Amino acid sequence: MAKIYETVIGLEVHVELATRTKIFCGCSTAFGGRPNAHTCPVCTGMPGALPVLNRKVLEHAAAVGLAVNCTINRFCKFDRKNYFYPDNPQNYQISQLYLPVCRDGWVEIDAGEGRERKRIGIREIHMEDDAGKLIHDEEANCTLVDYNRSGVPLIEIVSEPDMRSAEEVIAYLEKLRLIIRYLGASDCKMQEGSMRADVNLSVREKGMPGFGTRTEMKNLGSFRAVTRAIESERARQVALLESGERVLQETRRWDEGKGVSYSMRSKEEAQDYRYFPDPDLAPICISDSFLEKIRAGQPELRTEKMKRYKAEYDIPEYDIEIITESRHMADLFEAVVALGSQPKKVSNWLMGETLRLLNERGMEPEELCFSPENLAKLIALTDRKTINSTVAKQVFEEMFAHNTDPERYVEEKGLTMVGDGDILRRTVEEVIRMNPKSAGDYRGGKERALGFLVGQTMKAMKGKADPAGVGELLKELLGPGRESTE
Amino acid sequence: MDNRIINQDEINIQDDTIEYAGILAELALSSEEREQAKKDMGRMLSYIDKLKELDTTGVEPMSHVLPIQNVFREDVVENGDGRESSLGNAPFRKEDLFVVPKTVV
Repeated sequence: MAKIYETVIGLEVHVELATRTKIFCGCSTAFGGRPNAHTCPVCTGMPGALPVLNRKVLEHAAAVGLAVNCTINRFCKFDRKNYFYPDNPQNYQISQLYLPVCRDGWVEIDAGEGRERKRIGIREIHMEDDAGKLIHDEEANCTLVDYNRSGVPLIEIVSEPDMRSAEEVIAYLEKLRLIIRYLGASDCKMQEGSMRADVNLSVREKGMPGFGTRTEMKNLGSFRAVTRAIESERARQVALLESGERVLQETRRWDEGKGVSYSMRSKEEAQDYRYFPDPDLAPICISDSFLEKIRAGQPELRTEKMKRYKAEYDIPEYDIEIITESRHMADLFEAVVALGSQPKKVSNWLMGETLRLLNERGMEPEELCFSPENLAKLIALTDRKTINSTVAKQVFEEMFAHNTDPERYVEEKGLTMVGDGDILRRTVEEVIRMNPKSAGDYRGGKERALGFLVGQTMKAMKGKADPAGVGELLKELLGPGRESTE
Repeated sequence: MDNRIINQDEINIQDDTIEYAGILAELALSSEEREQAKKDMGRMLSYIDKLKELDTTGVEPMSHVLPIQNVFREDVVENGDGRESSLGNAPFRKEDLFVVPKTVV
């Protein structure tokens, strides 16, 4: 009988923290500056330069730790991890090996339909600095280095080997991303490298104790790459074992284009980090009051928010799930409702037009620019029937792009619906005169003909009428139709 | 690596240890340099080995030489464009980038 193999996966997730400055110096972390513009003696490893910890980094790290149920180590410190590579100008990375800031946490994941909730253990979270960026120069056959990213603060979140499939890994990554975004500690964009995952994977015969030999997979730039790399590596290891060979403990590099991984040559992989305490950086003692401050500043996380929405707002559970996926979206929802709009109407705008335009433009909810006041005004305009729903969508697009005040826009563009005044009445009369056949059909009992006449009227009114009102007026002017023959 | 060092009165560095240290430090040594490095490293390690004579039972590992803790800076940008001063040390540059020997990308 064929053996059944189980995949055992642990993750090392690097997250770039959303600080204004680097971890140990006052250089900007802004993305996209000119190469090496954001550098100084500290982040280029000049001898004698003195690194000093950015307080915000510790605050973010502790906030993430608390949100994923970690114990915060009251005494932590930095260590030097020695290695020689041009992306690392100090010849060591400043990291935390012996006393990381957080330990022993967990998050709960919900992987797939009908699956039970599962806890994924978090072994530790440590703070460290990012490396520079290497650019290969094909033409000159050399490597170019940009140190703008050198010293950008990272936290590394190390999980326990608790995951058993790619779906669980993705669920875990999504959960981490959601929590960290809620905290505002990072934007967690895998494609842009602000969230990166290395996958430690081994296989074993199902039911066997202990673990197989694991490999570490690097260079995974998207959720899709993570999924494909896991499937490929599982298959590779199973094939090795089936043919009686051994899995070598090694680091592999994923090639997303080709869909395969390569062993990194032993020379690159030779590592002997010789960790030792960094003598430049003072140890950190985390006080009760510091932790209390972090705790007090934690936003309401999604699980609690969903519970509260269920109790407070009369909107479907599906709406709650969608809206709370982004803290920004949830904040927007609450702000608009607080301005007096009906919750379901707000949720309809967020889940409908807002998400449609976000998807269409490849944007994140955090990038939304319109104010809650403006969405509330737009909803009020439709409530008062100043504009109809078609015009409202048009106004919304304008507001979505430029945070335009809908009231002013409607006024300026003359989009206000014409109510039951003379103009509308004259237009309806004109439409009836121009379309005698449809008018006759309706009088003859064909309800459907009314729809055509409404459409003609709306067209003549350039959309500035309330279709329901037009229908009523048409019925009034056409006189009661006969018993329906349809 | 430690088991490759014969720790007697005078430490003898083996060829493979130098080879390994050379890989880690990205150094290509000539055979003369290699012999010299073996001698130097042996002398340095013997010197440092003196520390082993001390009885350190019950001594907490030290994390900093000074009795200080919690030295922070605020998250405020203080540095401007550092291109020229940083690149001033570059043996080779191409526009605003450092040029180094080819690495596997």
